[in-house]
Amino acid sequence: MDFLLGITPFPVLSALLWIVLVVTALYFARPTAHKAIRAAAGALHRTLRVASKAVSRAEVNLAARNREVLLAAGREAKERIVEREFDRVNETVRKDLANFSALHRALSESINRIEKDHQDAVDVPPDPPGWVKAVQAVANIDSREGRVGVGNVLSDIHKSLVKAHKEAMAAYHKASGQRHALLRRMRPDWRQIQQTLNQVGKNVDSLLSRSVTIDRHMQEYEDIVSGQDRAISVLSSSSLVFFFVSALVMAVAIGGATVNFSLIARPMAEMVGGTSLIGGFRTADIAALVIILVEISMGLFLMESLRITRLFPVIGALPDKVRVRMIWITFSILFLLATVEAGLAFMREVLLHDELATSALLRGGDAQELSGQYLWITTAAQMGMGFILPFALTFVAIPLETFVHSLRTVVGLIAIGVLRFLAIVLRLIGSIFRYIGALAEQLYDLPLFIPLWLEERNNGSRSRRGNSGLQELRS
Amino acid sequence: MKTLTITVLLVLLAGCTPATPANTGVYMLLDTSGTYREELEKAEQIIRYTLSRLDATDTFAVARIDTGSFSEKDIVAKASFDDRPSAVNRQKRMFAEQVSAFVTGVASSPYTDITGGLLQAVEYLNEKGTGNKTILIFSDLKEDLKEGYVRDISFDLDGFSVIALNVTKLRSDNMDPREYLSRLDDWQSRVEKSGGQWRVINDLDGLEGLL
Repeated sequence: MDFLLGITPFPVLSALLWIVLVVTALYFARPTAHKAIRAAAGALHRTLRVASKAVSRAEVNLAARNREVLLAAGREAKERIVEREFDRVNETVRKDLANFSALHRALSESINRIEKDHQDAVDVPPDPPGWVKAVQAVANIDSREGRVGVGNVLSDIHKSLVKAHKEAMAAYHKASGQRHALLRRMRPDWRQIQQTLNQVGKNVDSLLSRSVTIDRHMQEYEDIVSGQDRAISVLSSSSLVFFFVSALVMAVAIGGATVNFSLIARPMAEMVGGTSLIGGFRTADIAALVIILVEISMGLFLMESLRITRLFPVIGALPDKVRVRMIWITFSILFLLATVEAGLAFMREVLLHDELATSALLRGGDAQELSGQYLWITTAAQMGMGFILPFALTFVAIPLETFVHSLRTVVGLIAIGVLRFLAIVLRLIGSIFRYIGALAEQLYDLPLFIPLWLEERNNGSRSRRGNSGLQELRS
Repeated sequence: MKTLTITVLLVLLAGCTPATPANTGVYMLLDTSGTYREELEKAEQIIRYTLSRLDATDTFAVARIDTGSFSEKDIVAKASFDDRPSAVNRQKRMFAEQVSAFVTGVASSPYTDITGGLLQAVEYLNEKGTGNKTILIFSDLKEDLKEGYVRDISFDLDGFSVIALNVTKLRSDNMDPREYLSRLDDWQSRVEKSGGQWRVINDLDGLEGLL
């Protein structure tokens, strides 16, 4: 600094001299400096804009991919739903309507039979013969005219005929009674026929309602296949809902697994030792964790074999016979593991009592003081939990499948959001660099205000001279 | 692929490397000489407390201090706890019973060979190879050797923690407290010169920091 101010005997003069020199140098370097600033700012601006466009393009590509994933997932889900609806329709048709023709024939025959019986039941009673009245008239005449011999004969004939008529009527009443009894017996048959027909009607109605549902699903399926925005929107929101719901259920399942872990970790020390370590973790803890993970795996395979979930297409594509075998095998393993867990839970309780008794003894108390008559309740509860939790964890497969499927979409949506934000930020920074370049030019010119003012003035007088010369030439 | 295989193998090998043992070994010396024998009920409480603090694979031994204590015969009870919790509980109960029987029927010894007991404790714990080694001395620290017993021996107490418990004041200490203080200082200097850590706990209600 002293050197800079010592180029003349007067420091102020030296400083002024330096200022003049620097300003002059800056003035002469001004066009080049401005170009450099503009080039640097422009380069940064363009680079960031290009980067922003690249990010935007990546976002568009990702959105397209996400859309495809959503459509594929939606298509698959709809196919499953429609397939299941058709399965139900098929089941209904197979179970209830397969024998409909035979049922119809039997119903027709029953109805014909009933009609015939009914016709038979309504026969009119036979009239007494016409000559009976004539015989009666003759018998009456005979009585008036006093022909007793003929009259008696006719009276006997009349009596015989009346008796025959009475017998015929009695036989007729008996037959009618039998027919009515027959009709009474047929009354339940009529009711049954009516109920059967009602059931058939209900099944047909159910089929009709299912067909309406299938129509609706097919319409949605067509929307998905044609890639309509509405379908995308519905699928996207559904995916988010599924994601959060499945995450919640998974969190609950993790809680269950933790309880399960605490139930079996302690007694596992009896089997694998309480102090040995693998990779810094207690072997007993690792063994307990492995058991729980094996249970969850078995649950997954069981659900896959039952075709409730479709995480492993290989299992779903197995022949039915092999699949059923797999169901039984996985269920047996799960059952055995649940039994083992129940045993371990019992062991845990025993160990706990043993430890408490030892602690009591070491404290100077009675070792038997903890044995109570209600302790079996906690033991039974722990055993029950140890047995039930493995089966409860089996159902984790359902939310897990939903979680995995919805995770792709949700991650895609998050990535789209991040990329969009990044593109905006890059564009913003690019613009900021452009304005910083303009500002830097102005700041560069700030110390050069005197030479710039002189230059401007010189340019003004020169232009005025030029204009006057031009006017002279024109005139 | 090769790099990945090597990395996985290294991780597995690191997992299999035997770590430094984290178990604890405790050797407790009980002074049975003269009137100090009456203090043994307190020692029993300390032993029970120590038992409650020890866990699987830990080692615990209780030995008496008598005329010649550099001997396995003076060990009253010893146990290296099993890896299984149920076995540990069983061992603890048996240990407590053995100590209780000893406290009930012990006869007082005419001499006090603390150094011999200390040597025996060092030998025992080194043999067990525990990670932490603690020697508890339940005594008034007044050594009284029988003629002919040589105990002017240097120890190697590196890694050992020696804790003197219930260091009672003798009648002579009351008359001249310097005796008591010099006794404590002597033992402290002997232990620390041998590489060990020295502590004194006289308040038996504050045993929380014992192990």
